[in-house]
This record gives sequence, structure tokens and C-alpha cells, in this order.
Amino acid sequence: MKLSRDTLLCLALFALVGVVYLRFPEFASPASLLGVFNDTSILIILALGQMAVILTRCIDLSMASNLALVGMCTAMVNSAVPGIPIPLLVVMAMLLGAVLGSLNGILVWKLDIPPIVVTLGTLTIFRGIIFLISDGQWVNAHEMSPSFKALPRLSLFGLPMLSWVALLSIVCMYVLLNRTQLGRAFYAVGGNPNAAVYTGIDVGRSRFNAFVLSGALSGIAGYLWVSRYAVAYVDIASGFELDVVAACVIGGISIAGGMGSVAGAVLGALFLGVIKNALPVVNISPFWQQAISGSAIIVAVIFNARSERRLGRIILKQAEQT
Amino acid sequence: MTSPSHTDATEIPDRLRGPLARMLASWEFLLLIVAILIFFFNTQASPYFLDAWNLSDATFNFTEKAMIAFAMALVIISGEIDLSVASIIALVSTSMGFAVQFGVDTPLLIVIAIAVGAACGAFNGFLVAMMGLPSIVVTIGTLSLFRGIAYIVLGDQAYSGYPASFAFFGQGYVWWVITFEMVLFMAIAILFYTLLHRTSFGRSVKAIGNNPTAALFAGIRVSRVKFILFVLTGIMSAIAAICLTSRLGSTRPSIAVGWELEIVTMVVLGGVNILGGAGTILGVFIAAIVMGLVTFGLGLLNVPGIVMSIFTGLLLITVIALPIVIRRTHRRAS
Repeated sequence: MKLSRDTLLCLALFALVGVVYLRFPEFASPASLLGVFNDTSILIILALGQMAVILTRCIDLSMASNLALVGMCTAMVNSAVPGIPIPLLVVMAMLLGAVLGSLNGILVWKLDIPPIVVTLGTLTIFRGIIFLISDGQWVNAHEMSPSFKALPRLSLFGLPMLSWVALLSIVCMYVLLNRTQLGRAFYAVGGNPNAAVYTGIDVGRSRFNAFVLSGALSGIAGYLWVSRYAVAYVDIASGFELDVVAACVIGGISIAGGMGSVAGAVLGALFLGVIKNALPVVNISPFWQQAISGSAIIVAVIFNARSERRLGRIILKQAEQT
Repeated sequence: MTSPSHTDATEIPDRLRGPLARMLASWEFLLLIVAILIFFFNTQASPYFLDAWNLSDATFNFTEKAMIAFAMALVIISGEIDLSVASIIALVSTSMGFAVQFGVDTPLLIVIAIAVGAACGAFNGFLVAMMGLPSIVVTIGTLSLFRGIAYIVLGDQAYSGYPASFAFFGQGYVWWVITFEMVLFMAIAILFYTLLHRTSFGRSVKAIGNNPTAALFAGIRVSRVKFILFVLTGIMSAIAAICLTSRLGSTRPSIAVGWELEIVTMVVLGGVNILGGAGTILGVFIAAIVMGLVTFGLGLLNVPGIVMSIFTGLLLITVIALPIVIRRTHRRAS
């Protein structure tokens, strides 16, 4: 019997929780696991956006800076004009994120600049802009309105809003990738750009759309991050872009494009989330986390390469060697 | 990544441009003009710029990064990338700091540093060249792993207490304002110039970047060359780590964080094609000086480091976009 990649990852996740359970049974209680999910929500949202970009054979390293810039903007708007309703602020965050993402997209689409160069550049530029607009100052908890900070914690059917946003993003991404032309175009573009052109797909535009999508999700995550931790400063989520890429790689999303599932991205993010939350429980210094994520990435990429060689679930078959 | 409808077939001109015209149109010449302009602008912007000692201090801005940039240029020309270089610095520096706690003296410290750097590079090289994994993901992984090990060893602590003789590498002067690092930087530049432009190894690096399959059929041992390039990058990172650690006199796990971006920027600014196949060491050399002058000039004008990073990011994107835009308008005109 051949297990699918997602099932295997699911089993690995259960095994991981099981190991922690042996040392500390409380960890596997439903309440604690929901807590882990809630804590991983932002990573899941970002991983979904990154996945769309990676499917098209690109990469978005600017997500964490985008998140931080949008987070800082929403926090500053909130502290300056506390009267703006929070839902409107969330929409603004999403739009601003999408605009920042579209900058990446335009450069990749219209100028054919390699995505890694574009997003390495915007990674630093966005970070620098945060410093310029905030003057290096923090926006602290007491400067934010109570409703601004309350939204992610707002409980609905026993789950905090933060988790609900993650669940909603998962459902939306699932529908988008499996039931819409845009989603199928992402797979086709990454699977074989040349064949995609012949089937009438605009490769550049699809990539642009993927970047806008990842930007919009970064924007939402920006609001969620700042309101959850109730603080905004220049360095928030610094280096988080690597965790996001790691989640995707662990989730079996092929860096060569065209392969990957929503379930994979979510499981990959949860895998990192469980590790992060389990380390203090089993008394391992949090300083181990970076090395463990690094090793997980390397193991995952070795594993991906092996499985990709076996089965190519690329929807447009290789027409010619690129 | 281009669509198949139009291929970039270069037209064969009736006659080649003369050597002078070719030199004037080259990327390196353009960079040189930029460097001179920035130099001139800096002299006007700050009265403290034209001071031999200030200028000598300013070279520390780029010498260590440039040492790695030369090796990185070769890696990028071969069609790969190494994002783990700054983490190798962290791991090498931590290893040296660890050894110092046992009273190890300078010569052995250097040996340890080079060995650790080479081992890190070999690890990258093994995964990329031997196992055929995509270098961008592998080196993002090792970026996390190598610095992660430094964090495991050090936590929130720092190593110091390096032997007095160790200080020479980052703080020593060879003659007047000429630092040891400057001499080392020049020597490494010449070494890499020879390697890339004057040896068959260098030719094979370019061949691999242009077309790995054709290179393989031409009898080039593609994976071995790539492996060597990663080891070389590891060793250069170790040499940079020696200089940096010696200059700072202490090691924290966050040492040199974010350098990989600046080094890639330096290489790309130097005219190396990020998709592989083309690039010169002279270009990277001038690019290093341009970046050093920019950061030094902005520093004299009291511009904070994070704002400088906006310039770095803009520089990176503009430098790559510019030739593409020019080529496109050129094609449209003709």
C-alpha cells in the first residue's frame, strides 16, 4: 500500500504529538491542541499564500516584512484614529498587503526579474519603510483601542477568531486552488510554463495574481499579529519568511512549482507549530528551535525530491525540456 | 522562464565593435563611473570623508562581505545560490569562541575555522551537487540549521577572551592606513580573478551556468565542480568569520545576521547574471567598493542603518531591472 504524502505527514504529526504525550500527557488534550492550532494560525495563513506563489515557480521572501509593514500601519492608524471600525481596518490591512504584493508581482510579470531577487529587495525595502514611518518608535498596547486588541481573541463557538480566520483561509484556498480557473492556472504555470502558454494561460499574469494573493494574506496576518501581541515595532516577525517557506517545503510543496496541496501546507505549518509549542513542555531550550526547523527543511526537501521522482502530479505533462 | 513564442536569438552583427567601444559599453565601466560619482558626491556632502584614516575605516564596511561575494559570484554563475553564508560565519565564529574557552591559540583557531567552514560548505555541496536538490531550499534550510547550532551552543551568552595575537586579522595594519583586511581582500580578488577568467575550472563554471546538460556532454564533471564551489564558499565564509570575529573581539549567535542579502546584492550589482552563466570578478570588485562608499557616505550623513537597507534593496532591484528595460526599449525601437 502506498500512502499519500499528506497521509504520511499526518502520521508524522501524530507521532510527534504522541512523543510529547509520553512525557507530558496534558499536551495532547483537546484544549491544548486547539491552543497550538491557534498559535500556529498566522503561520498557516502565510503558508497558504506562499504556497500559491511557489506553485507558480516563484518564491515570496517579503511576506514577513509585508506583514510587519501592514501591521505597523494598522496599529498607527488605530492609535491615531481609534474611531475607525475594526472590520474596515482589517479590509484596509488586506488591501495594503495586496498592493505591496502587487509591487512584487509587477516586477516579476512586467520586467521578468527573478522572484527571489525582487522579494529579497522588497524584504529590506518594506522593513526600512517601517522605520521611516514609525521613526523607530513602538506602538504599545495602551495606544491601541480595546476592540482592536480584542478581535483575535473574540470567542465564537469556543474557538478564538484567530483560529476562525485560519480555517476560513484554508477553505477559501482549497476552493480557489481546486475549483477555479485561477487556481488551476497556478498549477499549470508552475508545472510547465511553456505548455501553459499554449493552453492560453498568461503565465506572467498568473504569477502576478499569486503575488497579490500572498500579499493580501500577509496583510491580514499583519493585523492579526499586531493585535494579538498588542505591540508593533520595526522588527516584528523578522525572519518569519523562512518559517513560512519551511512550512511549505515540509508540507511537500515542490519548490520547482506545480505540485502541492492545501492540506500539505497546513500540515507543514502545524508540524512547525507543534515543535515550537512542545519544546518548552519537554524542557528543551527554545534555542533549539531554529536548528530543528532547519533540519526539518533539509529532511523534507530530500524526501520531496524522492517522491517527486516517483510520481509527478503535474497537471500539464512535460511537453519539452525547458 | 520566458515564453517559447519569441526566443532570445542574438543577431550576428556585420562587424564587431572595437575594444574601446566594448569597454565603454561594459557594465564594469558603468559601475566605475557610478563609484566615481558617489565618491565625488561624498566629498561634497561631508568634510570628514576625505581623510585617509576615515577612508581606511570605511573599507571594513565591505571587505569581509566582498571576500564571500567573490566565491558567491562563482556559485551564482554556475546557476546555484548559497543563502547560508552568514550562518556559516555564525557557526565558524562560535566554534572559534568555543575553542578559545579551552585555551586554544591563534594558529589552531584558524585551522578550526577553515575546517568548520569547509565542512559547512561540503554539507551544502553534498546536498546540492550530489543529491541534486534545489540549492535555494537547501541553503535556506542550512541557514536555519547552522545558526541554530550557534544558538544551541551559545543561547543568549557571548564568547570573548580571544588571544591578543588573534586581533591582528581584523584590527591590524600592514603599513600606514593599509589594513590587513584590505591586503587580504586584494589578494583574494586576484585569486578569484585568476580562477574564473584564467583557468579551465573557471570556464567550466560558466559553461555549467549556461547549460548544465551541454556541459555534462562536453565532459565537465558538473556535480564535482558545483561541490567544489560550495566548499570554496564555506572556506571564504570562514575567512570572513575570522576577520569579523577578530575585529569585534567577541561572538554572539546573531553575528552577521542578514549578510547573505547584502552579499547577493553585491554580486548582482557587479553584473553577475542571477540566472547563471555570466559575470566578472572585476564587476563584483567595483560593486563592493560602490556599496562600501554608499554605506560610508550615508553613515557620515547620520542616516540610520535600516534606512540604508532601503537603498540596498532599491539598488538591487534597479540594477537588475535597468538592463532589462533598456534591452526592451532597444528592441522595440529597432
